[in-house]
Amino acid sequence: MAINPSDAAAVTAFNRFGLGARPGDLNDAARDPRGFLLEELWTANVALIRDHAPPSGAEALQAYYLEQQALRAERAKMAAAAMQTAMLAPAPPAGPGMTAAPAIRGPSASPPPGPSAASPAAAKAEPPKAPASKPAVEQAQFLAEAQARLQKQLEARAGFVERLVAFWSNHFAVSVAKSGELRAAAGPFEREAIRPHALGKFSALLGAAESHPAMILYLDNQNSIGPDAAPGKFAGRGLNENLAREIMELHTLGVGSGYTQADVAEFARGLTGWSVAGPDSESGAPGGFAFKPNWHEPGPRKILGKTYAEAGVEQGRAILDDLARHPATARHIATKLVRHFVADDPAPDLVAMLAKRFQDSDGDLAVVASALVSDDRAWVAPRVKVRTPLEFVVGAARATGFAPHDPGFYLQALNLLGMPLWQPSGPNGFPDMSDGWASPEGMKARLDIAWAMGQRMRGGAEPLAVLKSTLGETAASPETVQAVSRAESREQALALLFMAPEFQRR
Amino acid sequence: MIRRPVDVPLSRRGFIRAAGGFGVACGFGFLAAPASAASARDPRFVVIILRGAMDGLSAVPPVGDPDYATLHGDLAFAASGDRAALPLDSGFGLHPSLAAFKTLYDLKQAMVVHAVATSYRDRSHFDGQDVLESGNPGPGRTDSGWLNRTLAALPGPAKGAIRGLGVGATAPLVIRGPAPALGWAPPGGLAPAGADLTQRVLDLYAHSDAVLGERLHAAVAAEKVAAEGGGEPGSTKKPGGGPVDQMRAAAAGAGRLLATPGGPRLAALAFDGFDTHQNEGAAQGLLAQRLQGLDASFEALHASLGEAWKDTIVIAVTEFGRTVRVNGTHGTDHGTATAALLAGGALAGGRVVADWPSLRPERLYEGRDLYPTADLRGVIKGLIAEPFGLSAKALAETVFPDSAQVAPTRGLIV
Repeated sequence: MAINPSDAAAVTAFNRFGLGARPGDLNDAARDPRGFLLEELWTANVALIRDHAPPSGAEALQAYYLEQQALRAERAKMAAAAMQTAMLAPAPPAGPGMTAAPAIRGPSASPPPGPSAASPAAAKAEPPKAPASKPAVEQAQFLAEAQARLQKQLEARAGFVERLVAFWSNHFAVSVAKSGELRAAAGPFEREAIRPHALGKFSALLGAAESHPAMILYLDNQNSIGPDAAPGKFAGRGLNENLAREIMELHTLGVGSGYTQADVAEFARGLTGWSVAGPDSESGAPGGFAFKPNWHEPGPRKILGKTYAEAGVEQGRAILDDLARHPATARHIATKLVRHFVADDPAPDLVAMLAKRFQDSDGDLAVVASALVSDDRAWVAPRVKVRTPLEFVVGAARATGFAPHDPGFYLQALNLLGMPLWQPSGPNGFPDMSDGWASPEGMKARLDIAWAMGQRMRGGAEPLAVLKSTLGETAASPETVQAVSRAESREQALALLFMAPEFQRR
Repeated sequence: MIRRPVDVPLSRRGFIRAAGGFGVACGFGFLAAPASAASARDPRFVVIILRGAMDGLSAVPPVGDPDYATLHGDLAFAASGDRAALPLDSGFGLHPSLAAFKTLYDLKQAMVVHAVATSYRDRSHFDGQDVLESGNPGPGRTDSGWLNRTLAALPGPAKGAIRGLGVGATAPLVIRGPAPALGWAPPGGLAPAGADLTQRVLDLYAHSDAVLGERLHAAVAAEKVAAEGGGEPGSTKKPGGGPVDQMRAAAAGAGRLLATPGGPRLAALAFDGFDTHQNEGAAQGLLAQRLQGLDASFEALHASLGEAWKDTIVIAVTEFGRTVRVNGTHGTDHGTATAALLAGGALAGGRVVADWPSLRPERLYEGRDLYPTADLRGVIKGLIAEPFGLSAKALAETVFPDSAQVAPTRGLIV
C-alpha cells in the first residue's frame, strides 16, 4: 500500500515536532501539517499555564522555609522533652494492651483543629498499612507542578510549543535532587522563567533563567562573594564560578567557542551579589531574587575584550545581554535545536540557516522555531531519532486518552526510563542523542514501561484504532499492523504498538 | 503447603464418577444439589481471568480420549509413563504444573469443568475477552463487567455491604463498572514485560528495525546470563521477582483482603501469557510456566484465606480454547471450548464435570476445536446464585444480559 504523503507529514508534525497525535488529530493536521504547527506557535500565551497554576516560586520557597523552621523547633522541643523524661524516670515498658501511639507520632505532634481524620478518603477501606505521613511541603509542590505540566502536555494541540518548553527547560537545566529548595522551585522555574519567554527574545529568556532562585541555588551563586566586597567581613568565603561557567559553556557561547578561564572568573565576579532572599532576608521578599550589593565585587569587568562599568546588578545583566547576542550563542542554540528536533548529526546548512535567523531577529525564538518547521530539510530527514522518554510516555498517553488525576505513574515511568522530571544528572541536562536513550537497558526499560502503559491505558481503547489515529492509515508497516492485531490481549496490543519502530522513532 | 488428606473417603466416588466419565451419557442435571446452609456463610468469590486463551487440552488433558494423543501430538500427556499427567477421575489428567490444585482436588476442594465456552464463537482475543468479562452475549460493549453487576444485583442488605476488589495496576474489565470496587496492586514496582511480549517485540524488530532489535536482544541476553541458567527473559532482578512469584503475590494479597472482616468479598485478578502459538511445551515450556503461576496463586489463596477458604469459590477462566491439532511451530492456534479450573472449600469438588464431546475428528467444532458442550455463564450462575442469594431474573438480566435460556449448573457447590 502506498504511503499517503500528507499522512506521513502529519505523523512527522506530531512525532518529530510535537507530542504525538490524539484521536482525530492527524486528520486536522493532514491538510497542512506545517501550518498546523505554526498555528499553535502563534497562538497568544500558548506556552503559559494560567488555569489552576500552583503557587509561585517565592511562595513555594517561603512555605518550604516555614516548614523547615517548624521542624527545627519541633526537633528541639522533642530533644528537650526526651532529656527531661530521661532525668525524671525510666520510661514504662510497653506491655500488652498498651499502645505506644503518642511516641510514634510524626513530627507534627498535634494536628490543627479542623477537618477530622474521618475524612471521606479515610472511610475507603484499604489493606492495612502504615499511616502515610503527610508529604513534605516541597514534595507536595513538586507533585502539583508535575500534574500541571502533564495536563498542559496532554491538552496541547500539537505539542510543538510544549516540546520547545521542555527543550528550553533542559537547556537551562536545574535538578530537584540538589536540595529541598530546588524541589520546591524547579516547577516554578519552568513556569516563571521558561514559559513566558520560550517564544520571546532569547536575551529575556536568559535573563529570567539566570536570575531565578532555582538557577541561582542550583549553581551555588547565593554563596558567591566578591573577594574585595566588604573586606574582612566574609573571611574564608569568596568567589564561586559555577554559575558563570555554566552560562558561558552551556547556556550561551558553548564549550570551545573562544572564551577563557579569565573570562569565566571575571564574569563570576560580575555576578557576585546575585542571590536569593532567605527566610530572614532584608534584601527582598523571602524566596525571591535578591541582589546583595555588599556581596558584589566592586569595579569594572573585562570579558571577551569588552569592559563593563560597575553598575551593581546591572553589570551582570549587561554581560548576559551581550552573551545572548554573541554569534557563538546563535550557532550553539541552532545546533542544539536541530539536534533535538531533526537529527543526532545536525546538517550544517540547516544549522547555519537557523543561526542566521536567530541573529537577524535578535534572538526571537518564535521566529527561529517557525524557521525550523518552515524548512523542507527539517521534514525530509529520515525518521531515525528515537523519542525521548518524555515524548514516549506522553505520546502514549495522548494516543490513548489516558489522563490520570495524579502524576504518580507518569513520574514513575520517567524515573525508570532514566529521565526523571527536572532531575538531570548535571547542569548539561539530559542527553539529546538517540544512542543515549536506545541503549540495551534503555530498550528493556521501554519494553517494561510499554507493558505497564498497555495495562493502564487499555480503558476501552481499540488498539488498531489507536494505531491508525497515531501512526496514520497508511504510514504503519504491515508487520506492525499484524503484530498489533495478533496480540493476545488489548494490553499486549497497545504495548506492541508503543514498541513499534514507527512509534519509537521520529 | 496444602496438606493431603490422610484418607480420601471413597464412598463419594461413585456419585462423582457419574458426572463426567467417558461413555457415560450425562448432563449436569444428574447431580442433585445438596442442602446448603448458605445463610450461615460469609461467601467469597474470586475470578481469575487467564488472558491469551488457555489450552484446556494441555491443562486438563483428556488422556482417556482415544484421539487425544494423535491430535495433540508432541504437546500431549499420557495416563502413565514419562509423559504422565497427574491422574484425575474419568479419563482426565492434570498438567504436572498443577500440583497444589491436584492436592485440593483430592481434598474435594477443587474441580474442573471441561468443554466449556462463553457465547463467543469467533477467534479474536480482544473480542473474546470482552465477552468473557462483560458477560454480554456478544462483543462490542465494555462499559461494565459481570462481576461488578453482580454487586449491583445483590439482594436487600447485602447490596452495598458486600464489596468488590480489582487486583492489578488496572482492574480487569470483569470487576469494572458502576458499583464501587477497591483496587489493590502488589507492591514492588511495575511488573516487567513477560517472555511472550518480549519475543513478539523482538520478532517485530527482526522484520523492521535491526538496530532496536539488537539493543533489546542484548539486554534480554544479559538478563538471562545474570539469572544463571535461564528463567524467563525479562523476569529477573526485578523487585517483584519472577512471573510465578508475581502471580503468587497477587493472589496472596487478594486472599488477605478477602479474609479481612468487613473486607471485599468478590475479587478479580488477571494473568496473561496463555497465547501459546509457539513452543507451547508439555511438562516444561511456556504453558507449564504460566500454569505453575496459576497453581501458585491457588495455593496462595488457600493459605491466605485461612478459615474463610471453606466459604470460598475460585474460578479461573479464559476467553476461548486452542486448536486440538498442533500447528507448525510447536504450539496451538485459537480455538473454542476449553477447561475452567475451580477451587475452594465451598465446592462439591474432586471431579471433572463434562459432557465430553469426544475428539473424534467429525465431532470437532469447525473441524478443528474442542466442541463446547457447556456454557460458562451457566457454570458461573450455578456458583454464585445460592451463596449470594441472586434470583434467576437478576442472573438472566443484570449479571448476564439476555441469558434466560442458560440455566444455572446445579450441584457444583456443597
